[in-house]
Amino acid sequence: MIEIRNITKSYDSTVVVDAVTLTLRRGGITSIIGPNGAGKSTLLSIIARLIPTDKGTVMVDGLDVARTAGEVLARRLSILRQDNHMTTRLTVRDLVAFGRYPYNKGRPTAQDQEHINKALAYLGLEDLGGRFLDELSGGQRQRAFVAMVLCQDTDYMLFDEPLNNLDIRHAVAMMKLLRDAARDFGKTVVVVLHDVNFASCYSDQIIVMRDGKLFLQGPPSEIIRPDTLQQTYGCPFEVHDLGGDRIAVYYA
Amino acid sequence: MPPETRPSGMVLSLMALAAVVCVVAFMTWGSRGNWSFVLPFRGTKLLALVLVAYAIAVSTVLFQTITNNRILTPAIMGFDWLYMLLQTLLVFGLGAATTSAIDPRWMFLIEVGTMTGFSLILYRFLFSGGVRDLHLLILIGVVFGTLFRSLSGFLQRLIDPNDFVVLQDRLFASFNTIDASLLLVSAVLVGLASLGALKIFHTLDVMALGRETAISLGVDHRRITMIVLILVTVLVSVSAALVGPVTFFGLLVANLAYILMPSAKHRYVLPAAVLLAIICLVGGQTVLERLFGFDTALSIIIEFAGGLFFILYLLKGASR
Ligand SMILES: Nc1ncnc2c1ncn2[C@@H]1O[C@H](COP(=O)(O)OP(=O)(O)OP(=O)(O)O)[C@@H](O)[C@H]1O
Ligand SMILES: [Mg+2]
Repeated sequence: MIEIRNITKSYDSTVVVDAVTLTLRRGGITSIIGPNGAGKSTLLSIIARLIPTDKGTVMVDGLDVARTAGEVLARRLSILRQDNHMTTRLTVRDLVAFGRYPYNKGRPTAQDQEHINKALAYLGLEDLGGRFLDELSGGQRQRAFVAMVLCQDTDYMLFDEPLNNLDIRHAVAMMKLLRDAARDFGKTVVVVLHDVNFASCYSDQIIVMRDGKLFLQGPPSEIIRPDTLQQTYGCPFEVHDLGGDRIAVYYA
Repeated sequence: MPPETRPSGMVLSLMALAAVVCVVAFMTWGSRGNWSFVLPFRGTKLLALVLVAYAIAVSTVLFQTITNNRILTPAIMGFDWLYMLLQTLLVFGLGAATTSAIDPRWMFLIEVGTMTGFSLILYRFLFSGGVRDLHLLILIGVVFGTLFRSLSGFLQRLIDPNDFVVLQDRLFASFNTIDASLLLVSAVLVGLASLGALKIFHTLDVMALGRETAISLGVDHRRITMIVLILVTVLVSVSAALVGPVTFFGLLVANLAYILMPSAKHRYVLPAAVLLAIICLVGGQTVLERLFGFDTALSIIIEFAGGLFFILYLLKGASR
């Protein structure tokens, strides 16, 4: 369980995350949606202890992330950031192998190699293992970073816009992968999405952020509605029922 | 075994071979069989050159790892000049007589200690994530470097002329007039720093991935940054004390190592940078001294090559 209590973060005098209190139960996929600048990435980074919070606490399975030893947390919680940039020249396989660092401290075992191979296979990167990251397309690179997070094999996995740069086939495959991770392996997946229909079709729960605040929280049936979406994004929406899923239409 | 291992290992062996050739040539070339004189004389000089090569290469690579860039080096950030400023301040404050009365080795340890304290305060502020823009960092570094240098220059003008002579003797060391009295204590310090680096060695590859990734992989980023900064400061002090400030040499060997090594892992890059530094210093000194009979040109040539490299690198970075 992730318990977020009264998290507040400001830059200079601008409050970007405003007293967010939220409980994420174990298991399932939670999507976070909201307009640009709503504070989604900031909240995720605070949960993953990448930036310190001004106020409030985040507890993961009862461990305060600001106080718990980094190496303990690294075996429970992993994060894919929105922007990933590396100064060092790494192959895909090298990058993915770093996902095992919390367990092997840089000395890979045979078991680690298995984890790495599996993560590469899950993301369809078997043939690209030896390629350098700067020789990949945007979507291929994105998948390599996701593979690294999978390789870390933690109970809680946070993904900030994992569908960035992915084509439709790979986007669907990615969401299915996350769903399988939650369903079959009992992982708790938190994912920031901009495509509300992916959020609608794949989430157990959706969280809506607006202006740094927690705006709404509920199952897709409660969130994916014309009025709530309109209030969130400030543009008109239609919502249709298609084969049991709620699909938002907003192109007009 | 990952496929990258073999070529990296091979490149490393070739470098080691070249370094050994340089060392042997340095020791034997033109010695005319007068071993009892040549061995200790050249041996001392060789030890100093190797220590300096090691200190500069390791400090530069480590510094670039924790700051996540390949342009800034401790020297470009003014570390060496900070050391010079401290020396000047000591002589200025205490007078040359007092300073000279203290055992130079103790003096050295005190200086290294003060230097470590100073630079930790200064550079932790810069690299704890406050300043993100690389160009701003370069600018700050250059400004600090100039500030330290000008301050020492200013103080040196105020110093009693006799004191100044003593000071100058210390400051203007070069690859040729190495301060041999400090060799042993330098070697001990370098050894201690290496032990420290060994203890955190496994975190280095992760640190190179950047602050956020390192933290999410469970590395205590603040602590490792601190430790590395301390190690870097000790190493820089050693090289500055032995041969004086060398601005671009570290940049040159570190980047050559990144380019020549197929793998970016520290277990390959660090030894490669050290070997390249040894090849440049010992090999360069041998050729210049024995072949051309030049005595002082090495630092000029190295700085010229390094400076050229720095400009090319900046231009390449800017064009991206
Ligand atoms: N380091 C920073 N300094 C100052 N302001 C920042 C910083 N990081 C984020 N912000 C501001 O905080 C707000 C929230 O940013 P955040 O990245 O969390 O938004 P987001 O919801 O992830 O947006 P997007 O959908 O565009 O990714 C934005 O207004 C942004 O400008
Ligand atoms: Mg974001």
